[in-house]
Amino acid sequence: MAHEYSFYPGCSSQKGASGSNQMVSNDTMCNKLDIKLNEIDDWNCCGASVGYSGGGELARLAISARNIAISEKQHPEQDLIATCPACWLATRETQERLHDDPQMMSDANKALAEIGIEFQGSKKPARHMTEVLVEDIGFDGIAKPVTKPLEGLKIAGYVGCQSNRPFGIAGESFENPMYLDKMSEAVGAEALTGYEKKVSCCGGALMFSEQEKSQALVKEIIESAYDHGADMIMTPCAMCQMNVEAYQSDINAKYGTKFDIPVVFYSQVLSVAYGSTASEAALDGQLIAPKKLIEIANK
Amino acid sequence: MSDLNQKMVEKYKGNFLQEVIDNVEEGETMKMCMQCGVCSGSCPLGPHWEYPPQHIFMLIRAGKRDEVMNTDSYWNCTSCYNCIARCPRGVQITHVMHGLARYQKTLGLTPKNQPTEKFSQLFWDNLVKKGRVNELKLGLSLYFMNGFGEGVKTAMKNQKLGMAMMKAKRMSPAEMFGGHGIKDPAGFQKMVNKAHELEAARIAGEES
Repeated sequence: MAHEYSFYPGCSSQKGASGSNQMVSNDTMCNKLDIKLNEIDDWNCCGASVGYSGGGELARLAISARNIAISEKQHPEQDLIATCPACWLATRETQERLHDDPQMMSDANKALAEIGIEFQGSKKPARHMTEVLVEDIGFDGIAKPVTKPLEGLKIAGYVGCQSNRPFGIAGESFENPMYLDKMSEAVGAEALTGYEKKVSCCGGALMFSEQEKSQALVKEIIESAYDHGADMIMTPCAMCQMNVEAYQSDINAKYGTKFDIPVVFYSQVLSVAYGSTASEAALDGQLIAPKKLIEIANK
Repeated sequence: MSDLNQKMVEKYKGNFLQEVIDNVEEGETMKMCMQCGVCSGSCPLGPHWEYPPQHIFMLIRAGKRDEVMNTDSYWNCTSCYNCIARCPRGVQITHVMHGLARYQKTLGLTPKNQPTEKFSQLFWDNLVKKGRVNELKLGLSLYFMNGFGEGVKTAMKNQKLGMAMMKAKRMSPAEMFGGHGIKDPAGFQKMVNKAHELEAARIAGEES
């Protein structure tokens, strides 16, 4: 029987948006794993992190409460899950904050009353897509649909920040979470477990406002992957993916480096191992072609 | 000095710690700070802060309101949550830094042309318009946030990246016309406005 979830895809996942390659490959991966995602009808933006100064506290909590309330109405028995770490974090934070602070809950409901919604709290914490894979499917389950083991592929598992902190995945440490490495191994690739920049920050939204400072962070994330002989960097986060992939030529120009390393989502890697075509795995959505993955997909 | 800032100075009469606890997101958690400095050492942009988080907590306790309210330090927060994950005392550092930035802005004290403050506002305005982020318009408004001439230069510089994103179908010119959104953006805006009203009333000390 299929695993079913209430699904919050988030802005960057939409058609023609920066993380649409994640969405395409996530759909492919979920089909192969018999996971059914029921999109929340009419979800809104979570405010991300950088919305804090424009939005303030209450408005941010209110917009996420709207999503949770709609999800619980449309899919009452299903866990609410997100692929985007920022969406997941904002949603879980809202659940906790409103649960712990009755005054904030009452104020959020005054705002929600403007659109005829009442939020009564959540039955269960929102979950990240990787939690579904690790906890509900399991690594054996992840390995099961593999038809093309990714032998010889060296992957630097870049977990990043918000899928890991402050909530993270049960049983993992903040400093050295292993789930991406175990995923790589489950599909036959080589996980570069010594990759030091696994949980380092890519600058997040400050890539837009403080480009030099952020690119200095990304430079180290890429450099460490090269030091370990990685063929590619693999991440669960659309922000990380974009930040680490898109500015390599800027970084090369500034630092005299010759970076040209693909940055892919775990859902793309799993999809290829499950026998999907390059376009089903959204490999045509990359700015830096993951040549070795494309070769395997085309075999 | 803005009226609200003046009002807060008079209201708290030098008790800046209380002012932070009352008005800054998760501000009360900073009472637990024991000055170990793990937060400052864990911050990816730590070296760029005039006063890193540990120092800010000390300044707040010492009542150094001008130093804390006039710095642009906390705008360096990338929301990586490393400080929260590592803090042995449960101080909600990331949120307190966001909260200080927001409070500084509310009081009209943000240093001029603070780029992250500008981007945060552009981002928020963009999402409130249709209930979802329009990445194309956000990108363009970002290029032009420092004026038209600067914007054209930035847009030209980023043209190659933009073309590559379009080729990968990760940026769509169709977003210029309409684009993605929720069904009732007007309702969404009413909800957001109500939340802002309630928050402003709380800071001004008016019961709603």
